Amino acid sequence: MKSFGKKRLFGSLKKSLGAAAAVVGVALASPVQAGDTIKIGFGMALTGGLAGAGKGALIAMQVWAEDVNARGGILGKPVELVYYDDQTNPATVPGIYTKLLDVDEVDFVVSGYGTNLIAPAMPIVMQRGLVFPALFGLAVNEKFKYDNYFQIMPAGPEPMTDWSRGFFSIAMAQDPPPKTIALVGADAEFARNAVKGARETAEKLGLEIVYDESYHPRTADFSPIVNAIQARNPDIVFVGSYPPDSVGMVKAATEVGLKAKLFGGGMVGLQFASIMTALGPKLNGIVNYDFWVPEPTLRFEGVEEFLAKYQTAAEGKGVDPLGYYLQPYAYAYLQVLDQAITAAGSMDHAEIGKHMRDAEFDTVVGKVKFAPNGEWAKTRVLMVQYQGIEDSELATFTKQGTRVVLYPNEWVSGTINYPYAE
Amino acid sequence: MFSVDLLLNALVAGTLLGGFYAAVSLGLSVSFGQLNIVNIAHPAFVILGSYVAYMGNSRWGLDPILLGLAFTPVFFFIGVGVYRVYYESFERKDDEALRGLAFFFGVMFIIEVGLIMVYGVDFRSVQAPYIGQNWKLGGVGVPTRMFVPFCVSILMFAAVYLYLSRTFNGRAIMAVAQDRLALQLMAADPVRIKQLGFGIGIGTTALAGALLIIIIPIEPSIGRLYIGQVFAIAVLAGLGSIPGTLVAALVLGIAESVVSTFFGPSWAPAVAFGILLLALAFRPQGLFGR
Amino acid sequence: MRLDAFHVVAAAVALLGAAVTIFDLLPINKFAFFAGYVVLQYVVLATAWNIMGGYMGYVNFGTAGFFAVGAYTSVVLYNLMQAPLIVMIPVAGAVCALLGLGMGYLTLRLRGVFFAIATLALAIVLETLVVNWDYVGGATGAYILRAREIAPFGDYVEFLFFVMLLLAIFAVSAARWIERSKIGRGFAAIRDDEVAAECAGVPTLRLKLIATTVSGFLMGVAGAPFVLYVGFVEPSSAFNLVYAVNSIAMPMIGGATTWAGPLIGALLLGSVQQVATVTISSELNLLIVGVLLVFFVIAAPEGIVGLVRKWRGGGR
Repeated sequence: MKSFGKKRLFGSLKKSLGAAAAVVGVALASPVQAGDTIKIGFGMALTGGLAGAGKGALIAMQVWAEDVNARGGILGKPVELVYYDDQTNPATVPGIYTKLLDVDEVDFVVSGYGTNLIAPAMPIVMQRGLVFPALFGLAVNEKFKYDNYFQIMPAGPEPMTDWSRGFFSIAMAQDPPPKTIALVGADAEFARNAVKGARETAEKLGLEIVYDESYHPRTADFSPIVNAIQARNPDIVFVGSYPPDSVGMVKAATEVGLKAKLFGGGMVGLQFASIMTALGPKLNGIVNYDFWVPEPTLRFEGVEEFLAKYQTAAEGKGVDPLGYYLQPYAYAYLQVLDQAITAAGSMDHAEIGKHMRDAEFDTVVGKVKFAPNGEWAKTRVLMVQYQGIEDSELATFTKQGTRVVLYPNEWVSGTINYPYAE
Repeated sequence: MFSVDLLLNALVAGTLLGGFYAAVSLGLSVSFGQLNIVNIAHPAFVILGSYVAYMGNSRWGLDPILLGLAFTPVFFFIGVGVYRVYYESFERKDDEALRGLAFFFGVMFIIEVGLIMVYGVDFRSVQAPYIGQNWKLGGVGVPTRMFVPFCVSILMFAAVYLYLSRTFNGRAIMAVAQDRLALQLMAADPVRIKQLGFGIGIGTTALAGALLIIIIPIEPSIGRLYIGQVFAIAVLAGLGSIPGTLVAALVLGIAESVVSTFFGPSWAPAVAFGILLLALAFRPQGLFGR
Repeated sequence: MRLDAFHVVAAAVALLGAAVTIFDLLPINKFAFFAGYVVLQYVVLATAWNIMGGYMGYVNFGTAGFFAVGAYTSVVLYNLMQAPLIVMIPVAGAVCALLGLGMGYLTLRLRGVFFAIATLALAIVLETLVVNWDYVGGATGAYILRAREIAPFGDYVEFLFFVMLLLAIFAVSAARWIERSKIGRGFAAIRDDEVAAECAGVPTLRLKLIATTVSGFLMGVAGAPFVLYVGFVEPSSAFNLVYAVNSIAMPMIGGATTWAGPLIGALLLGSVQQVATVTISSELNLLIVGVLLVFFVIAAPEGIVGLVRKWRGGGR
């Protein structure tokens, strides 16, 4: 908003003008800047730790832009994606979003992938009152309490505990119900939160926590951890882990012969094609969260078409060849924005934000409705069990029945094999 | 919570892990310990080795360890080439300390980014018959995924140790950092000897990389995580001592495993580095310092 | 201390900074303040690193550790009493100065590469401590809500930019002063030959402690505003290896033996990185640091400062 006050000399005057400018600016932003295209800006992890998922998300978003432009754009204008690599480094995010808004003059911003890269954009977005569709951050809005934040990850209105609700619901439905639990997680953002939520739920359910530890993400060998868990003989084991340690954990559990009745929960990475094919039959019996699997209950309208396009586009790019996990949601969070802009009939952020809070959206991940805190109004963290996997072929994991949905009830597609260590 | 079974398991797992750490540190022990070349890019070369194993394994189904062995000469010549550049640019000008370090930092980044450009950032792993089995000896589990790399590592140590202690060139490598002049009097060219030694150091990373990818899935920047560990081992060993490197690696592996089992895994890395800091403060010549 | 052209320029830069942030004298895009903040932060870090690395020849791999301790000191102060930035900066500096002093004592006997490894180990131990310390958010990270505006600067980030500008001027002035003082000559003697310096009566131990303390202090003050800039801090970003790499690469590229080296290196490499982030935006971005670093250490051992000297024909 520099153009409003090049020659202001007094701070107080500037401050009041600045506030006025902010108000005018939001009102003016759309008609003045809207040229022939609608620009959507974001930072995305294209290098660094989260780049595998980030690149996949980017391809999904490009598929969306092509689809929208093929049908004539939004409000008659073609869309254009403007994006930069955030290097999986939160420190780059404030600069990127300021550049997008002030230099590239994008009309909308959406978030990059992951809590750590969403949070640093929040102050900038809030300052300008923009709608902010976000991609896979856990409980980001708990501190900011921003009413135009919309999280596409279906964690649910209480993200911390909703995350593992399904795991416990399945466990407690068994006969006899489990009495003891072991909690283990990586020393990093998501895993800590997932385990924290699980701990609260376990305490509420009166389960005895017999092991509760975290480990360094660099850990190379997980057998000491699994041995220590085994020694306490828990009925169920909840794990919050990242891709490399999820693999380490699963390998160690099969090697040690973990005797738990339920094993899994919040293991990131077991949804990725490269890791599923690496682990193959070792996955059998694990009950873990997921967001989309090729089960008949989850064939939402448009999802298969989207996946086909994604899979063609992803070929040879070194990203997940199947694109089940986050990709449909990366497509869907733009669909939500698209539908809200269309419904509002203008590019006014306040109007669009209001619509996003109130309406229900039809997307490739099903119907989406947001709670007041910007999370999904109802949790849809799936708990799936890996069943009947006999080989390590990619095609195996495209078949229905290899990842059976056990929770929530609305989407159930099979029955549990219990206990895990059969 | 304590039981004999748990302790035995921790010791066995720690020993196996230590064996693997040893393989990763061996090359550094030669180049850094004996030749005084601070090759901070060493773990990056290990990752390069992992990707060679991955490529051969995923494309032709070849055994990762055999691939590592087959590529050892290739890596040896890469090492020779890197040393030539290093020597011409820094060592000859007696300028290696600061700039040489920065040089290897740059090399590390270039390898990492090169791998990202070719293979992307997905996690990669290999298939082999010995991955995923588990032997039970009483209450103690021995995963073959850890045991096979352990054995390979020991053999690798034996080979390098025999070469360094029994051959003329090997002894010359051990002597070069200590007394160049004496070496010259023996009619050995110190530059050629160091080139040979550095080549061996990088050569070991081909095999060490294969072992790494057998144990865990990898992506290009994972090498950075091992910088601390390999240097910790090299220093703890007392620079340049080959048996010392093995012992230090085992100590580190066992310490991590025992702490992880009995005190909680989140303290394991700090304990390892705590040992290093104490060693540096009180016994900088290492456990087996000369 | 005599005033000369340097001080005039420094004062002019500070005034110019005030002019653009407080009075908006120039129509500068807001992105420039965000990018400029990061570049200036690297000026402070590179200058701090150079006091030990360039002047004395002691390589510190642990820049990220000091930087993060500075940042986390701010988190603690914020959690304790919502302390303002003016309090955070000196406290963070003091904590890191103490840390530097402690590290100096612990590593008194270490030379060359052993010292470098000890600093690396220190950074990892510190990271593990922070990860396991729930009061500052542990591995989950901590949110710091910054004010939107602050008088008389208007936008808070303009204020942060101005603060970092002052810190950079302070750091460079301090480095320049040290370089020309008796202390600086002592550092140079240690760099050239520590044993000889000691024999000649240079108090090497005391000088080393001064270097680690001053360097730590500057790294700490660079880290203190970081939490307000990002708004969210977690260990893996605060302890990011990038800080260590850049704070070594920048003096190397600029020229490590003089105060101008890290300044030039940081301005140049920092700006290139900022521009590359929003233009190339791919892996090539990372490659720049590596290739530039290798190129400069091989082809221009004295950095840009050395090239300029040689070009003028007055190379020392």
